Amino acid sequence: MSNLMSQSTAVIVMNIRSLPRRLWMSLAMVFASAVVVAILLAFLAMAKGFEATMQSAGSDDVAFFMRTGSAAELNSSASREQVNLIENAPGILKDEQGPLVSPELYVIVDGVKKSTQQEANIPLRGLSQRGVDMRNGFTLTAGRMFTPGTDELIVGAGILREFDGFDLGQEIRFGKYTWKVVGVFSTGGNVFESELWADAKVIQNLYNRGSSYQTVRARIGSSDDLTAINEYLESEPRLTHEVQTESAYFATQGKSLEYMAIFGWVISSIMALGALAGALNTMYTSVSDRSMEIATLRAIGFSSLSAFIGTMVEAMTLAVIGSLVGALAAFIFFDGMNASTLGGSFTQVVFSFQLTSELFIQGITLALIIGFVSGFFPAWRAARVPVIVAFQSAR
Amino acid sequence: MSNQNLFELNQVAKRFTKGKETISIFQDLNMQIKDGDFLAIMGPSGSGKTTLLNLLGGVDQPTEGQITFDGQRIDNLSESQLAKWRANNIGFIFQFYNLMPMLNAARNVELPLLLTNLSRSERQKQVKIALELVGLSDRADHMPSEMSGGQQQRVAIARAVVSDPKFLLCDEPTGDLDRQTADEILQTLQLLNEKFGKTIVMVTHDPSAAKFAKQTVHLNKGEFVKAEELSA
Repeated sequence: MSNLMSQSTAVIVMNIRSLPRRLWMSLAMVFASAVVVAILLAFLAMAKGFEATMQSAGSDDVAFFMRTGSAAELNSSASREQVNLIENAPGILKDEQGPLVSPELYVIVDGVKKSTQQEANIPLRGLSQRGVDMRNGFTLTAGRMFTPGTDELIVGAGILREFDGFDLGQEIRFGKYTWKVVGVFSTGGNVFESELWADAKVIQNLYNRGSSYQTVRARIGSSDDLTAINEYLESEPRLTHEVQTESAYFATQGKSLEYMAIFGWVISSIMALGALAGALNTMYTSVSDRSMEIATLRAIGFSSLSAFIGTMVEAMTLAVIGSLVGALAAFIFFDGMNASTLGGSFTQVVFSFQLTSELFIQGITLALIIGFVSGFFPAWRAARVPVIVAFQSAR
Repeated sequence: MSNQNLFELNQVAKRFTKGKETISIFQDLNMQIKDGDFLAIMGPSGSGKTTLLNLLGGVDQPTEGQITFDGQRIDNLSESQLAKWRANNIGFIFQFYNLMPMLNAARNVELPLLLTNLSRSERQKQVKIALELVGLSDRADHMPSEMSGGQQQRVAIARAVVSDPKFLLCDEPTGDLDRQTADEILQTLQLLNEKFGKTIVMVTHDPSAAKFAKQTVHLNKGEFVKAEELSA
């Protein structure tokens, strides 16, 4: 065994040292692996970033009520009477001012994207201080809170970053109404940063919503309280709502870009086939280039297995180098990159590409598969190079 | 040095199939190589020299017949058994040296010792002795590309003898060298034969090289013939 180890080590060292003889072909394999990994990671980082933006917005101790059958906040509705009924549901926490409930409105306004100068939908959320308090990690990073009953709004950090015209102190016109930006807020990078917030009652007036809302949030002790709330909803005929934790709602919304990850795998798998063809060519060239050396070693008494292992290690090494280059490129160019896309309510969600160690492992695994397959068949050939080639060699 | 047969070939036949055609290289070939012999094999291209060399070196198997080395049959060994047999018994010297271009002289010479259980320091000691034997102890750190053809062939000889095999197989060892360097290489082979008792078989086209051997045999169309028959 130690004999095979020393044989294989010697062959591996020789193969690696002979790489400069095949520099361009080897670099081509490294480059192809790098491109495949970088593209895969870009798609995965996009899906991961979007998912994280959505999922981190949700709270387990916030019950989220939407009209039954509504896929997103935009389609939901809740009358004042229904909000009152929800306030009486069991399990909802209270303070000295009453139940911790936040009825909210969610309307769409237009904004101009900085990157394309195209108009895109932005959500304008109507809520009260109670609703603001339910958002974990909420901080005003500039300016102040909007004054209830006025046409003031505060703008999420993501909107400020990606859209024109929302700077602090600026006035902005949506349809017939002009609003004033009085504050900028952050919620730790989650989806709420892609929103504008204003007083719910002002939005009811300006958008002719009467006394109705769209969704209701309520503070609960834990997700276990949902059972009692569900029973209450079923027993109360005036309520046509379903309830889930806010985190469950956003987890579902976060899956809407899952297709990006699937698309990334499909694209990079197709590209991997191309890279594989190139890598196979590289490795067959390597075996051909080293055939005299392989045959000489076999004549001396080195085993076929050592030739096989040497070639496999060379292929895997090139693929791993490629994957590291690709991962580094993906990290430099994509990690933290800001983007926005349509979310579940047909509004723009601003999010950052997010590369995690789990994604890096997926990229490197793909490169290892390329390395393994591209190495296996040439390595098999290397193990079968006739020793007689050593006698036929010519410089 | 004994007078025993080191190699015995009995009724050896070697045939190749090419498409539907069968080409016979040898038929009923018999041969003995005595322990301590230095044998030159000459013959025109296609005479079977290379095939004979492959059979003696255990890199090819006969179609029929037996090959015995030091009392042990090698014609029926598996590929891996042959690899071990070659590692233990044969030193190869090739026409174009076949050194590993990415390794220095000492590392090239060390290669056969990687197949043994010797420690690193023991291996280095053996390498030093082998390089001294061929007069290249001051070139241990040189890469093949930094050495002349004659020096490279000396390194190849050191690699062939470093694990102290009984038998050296030389394929046109001076075919790529000028006369003076060729003679120096042949003198080294003579030294290995006479002083260290190595049995040597050398395939060559060069009658001057063959003169360094103790005896010369001629092959033609797969049969041993007298020199006069060959030239006729």
